[in-house]
Amino acid sequence: MSAVPTNVPAVDPVDPADPHRGSAPPGGSRGRRKAPTSERAKAEARLGWWLAGPAFVIMVAVIFYPVAQAVWDSLFSYRLTAPADREFIGLRNYATILTDGVFWSALGVTALITVVTVFVELILGFILAMIMHKAIKSTRGLVRTVILVPYGIITVVSAYSWYYMFSIDSGYVNNWLSWLPGFSDELNWFAQGGTSLVVIMFSEIWKTTPFISLLLLAGLAQVPDDLSEAAAVDGANWWQRLSRVVLPNMKAAIMVAVLFRALDAFRVFDSIFIMTNGAYGTEVLSLLAYRTSIGRLEIGLGSAISVVLFLCVALIAFVAIKVFNVDLAGSKGGRK
Amino acid sequence: MSVEATRVPAGRAAREPDPTAEELEGQKTARRAKRNTTIGWWVLTVIVAVWCLFPVASILATSFKVPGDLSNGQFLPTTPSTVNYEEILVGDSRQLFLTALWNSIGISVIATAIAVVLATLCAYAIARLDFPGKKVVLTVSLMVSMFPVISLVTPLFNMWRTLGLYDTWPGLIIPYLSLTLPISIWTLTAFFQQIPWELEQAAQVDGATPLQAFRKAIVPLALPGVFTTAIIAFFIAWNDFVYGISLTSTEAARPVPAALAFFTGASQFESPTGAISAAAIIVTIPVVLLVMLFQKQIVAGLTSGAVKG
Repeated sequence: MSAVPTNVPAVDPVDPADPHRGSAPPGGSRGRRKAPTSERAKAEARLGWWLAGPAFVIMVAVIFYPVAQAVWDSLFSYRLTAPADREFIGLRNYATILTDGVFWSALGVTALITVVTVFVELILGFILAMIMHKAIKSTRGLVRTVILVPYGIITVVSAYSWYYMFSIDSGYVNNWLSWLPGFSDELNWFAQGGTSLVVIMFSEIWKTTPFISLLLLAGLAQVPDDLSEAAAVDGANWWQRLSRVVLPNMKAAIMVAVLFRALDAFRVFDSIFIMTNGAYGTEVLSLLAYRTSIGRLEIGLGSAISVVLFLCVALIAFVAIKVFNVDLAGSKGGRK
Repeated sequence: MSVEATRVPAGRAAREPDPTAEELEGQKTARRAKRNTTIGWWVLTVIVAVWCLFPVASILATSFKVPGDLSNGQFLPTTPSTVNYEEILVGDSRQLFLTALWNSIGISVIATAIAVVLATLCAYAIARLDFPGKKVVLTVSLMVSMFPVISLVTPLFNMWRTLGLYDTWPGLIIPYLSLTLPISIWTLTAFFQQIPWELEQAAQVDGATPLQAFRKAIVPLALPGVFTTAIIAFFIAWNDFVYGISLTSTEAARPVPAALAFFTGASQFESPTGAISAAAIIVTIPVVLLVMLFQKQIVAGLTSGAVKG
């Protein structure tokens, strides 16, 4: 809040966009391309930071300060229930985590959920993107509206909806599936890990496929239609057009979509908290961190798990950007 | 693009030079093909709609079941009843739900407003001005948006208790900014980069004052972007669960998603399923309304902010 007022004087000088106006020749593009005088450049830089500064400072403060705090806390044996016993123990919290089967199991479940949901969502999302892209006028608005519903809905609501559908107390899915071999009214989906994870992943996939499909839609829109048409004229069938023309041309968008969704899936928390609360081997890293810090008030250990989770996410992003060359800046905003 | 599919057969028919019986036949085929395409699209649309709306319909149906009816094993309630809505709006759970609803609305709106104001200034600078560190701002906001929220919860939990921000509105609004600011900056930057800023100069050439030029030429172009960004940011704040459940302990600040997890049945032996379903439907209404009213803007915002330049 306090950052807003500091900004007020800078809001008014919308005019210091002035430099452009002064230096832009009629018909020319923006003034800054014209190597403005250093005085102007300095004024522009100053204004730029006045405008961008508050948002930047808040982001840094909200993220980097707590992270530094978490790294620091993770080096202590520190329970809120016994604050007096706070003691520096170096990396021993990390040793505790990395030698604990619970951590590795949570990491495995997290990775499993990430891989399966991202894979399914990529295919489903692409189909939805195609439908949104190609839809005829009369259905286009409708199809886009319904796809946005899961996007906007609260994850917890999605989790409850899927939970109640399958739950043995209030569900009806067993009834619907009872004609299939292996399904009966007695099946309690939330009494073992495998079936619980199936429902959890259904909820996640339902809720987040629209996001990935919108990213892919943006990619599709960038593939020039004439390319596809030319290929069609040359006798390519739809599969050839898709695999040789459309997909290669939207590779950047696909990579960005996968990266964003993978990072998002890796932090999965809400659905699991609601459905199983980590029971029957459905514990994931986020939930483990939550239960250690907030549930058991073991700040030191919880911080260490938070740091490990953060490092995992950073590693995924790093690998994606360096190894797979996901060009976030190029595909996001930086085009112009 | 949308017409393309239907136009192709017609075009092929039109290529025939003379009006023969063949061409008439072709037109008929074209018309039939067009009708088939239309039917095909409607079938596809219905399938997509069922997939996207089924869970909403499911919890809506559950919200109208009386407690004894929950285990009927059917999608629909045997006899629909509004008892669950009465429970959360005027009954015993009223306090719990309505306070949480108020918290959710207040905190999300404030976090959205702050983020959009700051992001507008920031995106304006990035799109319009040349200053060192522009890339840094974008990179940092990208990093923040990739950040696992749960990693912030432990340190914030501890800090907020010391600072007295635990279980307060500001205690949630501040971390919500980590969710709403980055997406706002990206979306708005993309929007602002598409604005033809030359219009402002043109207006001045035509005799407008700088302020007039900005207000009349730029603001109308920028406002839809700002508005769309606000909707997207609001969705994200409205959706939060991790902060909501970790940084609150009472009704003082607990938002709806977190409060749902604390619902209890009317009695110890009664499950809160119906009440939770009804509450879930109520918090879904604003989402559905926004989506229905602003579908075009939201799609444009998400696609341009995400991948298009």
